[in-house]
Amino acid sequence: MSGFDWLFFTEVSLAGLGAGALLALTGLAFVLIYKATKVVNLAIGEMLMIGAYVFFSFTAGLGLPWWAALIAALAAGGLLGAVVERAIIRPMLGESAISVFMVTIGLGSVLIGLVELTWGAAPTSLPDFMGKAPVFIGPAYVSRKIVIGFAVAAAVIAVFLIAFRYWRGGVALRATATDQGAAYSCGINVPAIFSMAWVFAGVAAAGAGVLVGAVGGISPNMGVFGLSALVVVIVGGLDSIAGALIGGILVGLIEAWAGTYLGGEYKLLTTFGLLLIVLMIRPYGLFGTVEIERL
Amino acid sequence: MDGTERPVLEVNGLSLAFGGLKVLNDVSFAVPQGSVTAIIGPNGAGKTSIFNCISGFYRPKAGHILFEGEDIGPFHPPRRAALGLARTFQNIALFRGMTVLDNIKLGRHAHMKTSLLDALCYFGRARREEMELRREVEEKIIDFLEIDHIRNKPVASLSYGLRKRVELARALAMKPKILMLDEPVAGMNREETEDMARFILDVKEEWGVTILMVEHDMGLIMDISDHVVVLNFGQVIAAGKPAEVTANPDVIRAYLGSGDVEALRREFRGEAA
Repeated sequence: MSGFDWLFFTEVSLAGLGAGALLALTGLAFVLIYKATKVVNLAIGEMLMIGAYVFFSFTAGLGLPWWAALIAALAAGGLLGAVVERAIIRPMLGESAISVFMVTIGLGSVLIGLVELTWGAAPTSLPDFMGKAPVFIGPAYVSRKIVIGFAVAAAVIAVFLIAFRYWRGGVALRATATDQGAAYSCGINVPAIFSMAWVFAGVAAAGAGVLVGAVGGISPNMGVFGLSALVVVIVGGLDSIAGALIGGILVGLIEAWAGTYLGGEYKLLTTFGLLLIVLMIRPYGLFGTVEIERL
Repeated sequence: MDGTERPVLEVNGLSLAFGGLKVLNDVSFAVPQGSVTAIIGPNGAGKTSIFNCISGFYRPKAGHILFEGEDIGPFHPPRRAALGLARTFQNIALFRGMTVLDNIKLGRHAHMKTSLLDALCYFGRARREEMELRREVEEKIIDFLEIDHIRNKPVASLSYGLRKRVELARALAMKPKILMLDEPVAGMNREETEDMARFILDVKEEWGVTILMVEHDMGLIMDISDHVVVLNFGQVIAAGKPAEVTANPDVIRAYLGSGDVEALRREFRGEAA
């Protein structure tokens, strides 16, 4: 093994970390919704895509500066979350988990259709707003976009973790997640918590969408990124934010290593292989609550 | 009932049905200010359903619930909690994964006015409220219920009796005017039951909180309650002082049973018609 290129391995790993951070951010949006409302939201990838397209419209279309477009994209994500919760999910309250799950699949298709109608089906790329100069960490080269994506995603997840621990609304959300009846009787406005979770998830997803779009371009198919995020949260545990973080980084690294050393076609194979192994050993995910029911 | 004072809680003509199943049928009773009122009755009589109507989880088909003279029917549960209605649950409903202290502090949620911005800065109101809460929770509730030694333990690690006590502590943190206890001593051994009885009486006497409880333990009811409401098949069949109620032949039949549930059903239907 004298020929093993450690520098190259480090670069691949750093790129994997960057991709993993984006997966973790998407996973965070997923976990927020699941934790508060017990809804498995398969449309999270499409919500992410909407964020990216709104950002695209405001920068490339209207020529706004990137920060203004980012605020608009985040606001649109939050609004989308609120509307979906009130108009689609709230009326499904009390229906079986499978029905709600199917509704989110339908929602995903509707969002894809909306994007194709509004922006067309052709892939495009977001205007460059992060700069191109490469970043060197020691001798290792990393793409600037990946560094920025990683930093932003890590910061956002840290903020959420802290808010969940100490902010009263976060504590109320955790309380609602454990026992809705008890939370309701303690004076916690449970329906407002549901809305809040969807709004925050929408914002997180839109933010992830802008970052994912900046790295890999945007298209009506970019929602499949949500599927990788689904693997992440199943590995990490559906209701664990820390699980989303660690699952995201784990999947990001493994995909990067497999893609580089085994070849691109092994990426999905290893990802889902990992999923299978985790499910066999810990069916509720690495950090999940044990009594999660299966779908 | 000898109260000349207005009752703290009044239930008038409450009816509740799940589809065709009549759970409560024209239930009326009053909870006198400062009393320990017990609702008793066989399993399935609708006792917990009354609690769920009072705390706002169920929407009754007919009837009114008056809290301090105000009809609270249109209010959602958090609003009722803020008014001073606190409850515990039959199957302990604590927030697993959180510590005892966190659980108790959540009881104060409805009374907190801190906004997100305040909380992030941890200045001014957030700090003041938090300090005030901590002082009250630590000095009053935790000492009172003798749970000081477990305050930082996760609730999942506690024994059944202690969990019940933590649930009571959380309800007390809600600054209740009326405390609703759903089977406070179910599944407890004698020592735990005696402790709980003492706590309930102290809450009534030292804190001036009115108690409404559902319980099966007749010994406990005879010992600590002032007023008893007996429920059977969703109807009130007797109400009064504990000694009066236990002497009532209807109550004896409902409780001890004739062994023939259908006969009892027929009898009650006959009475209602």
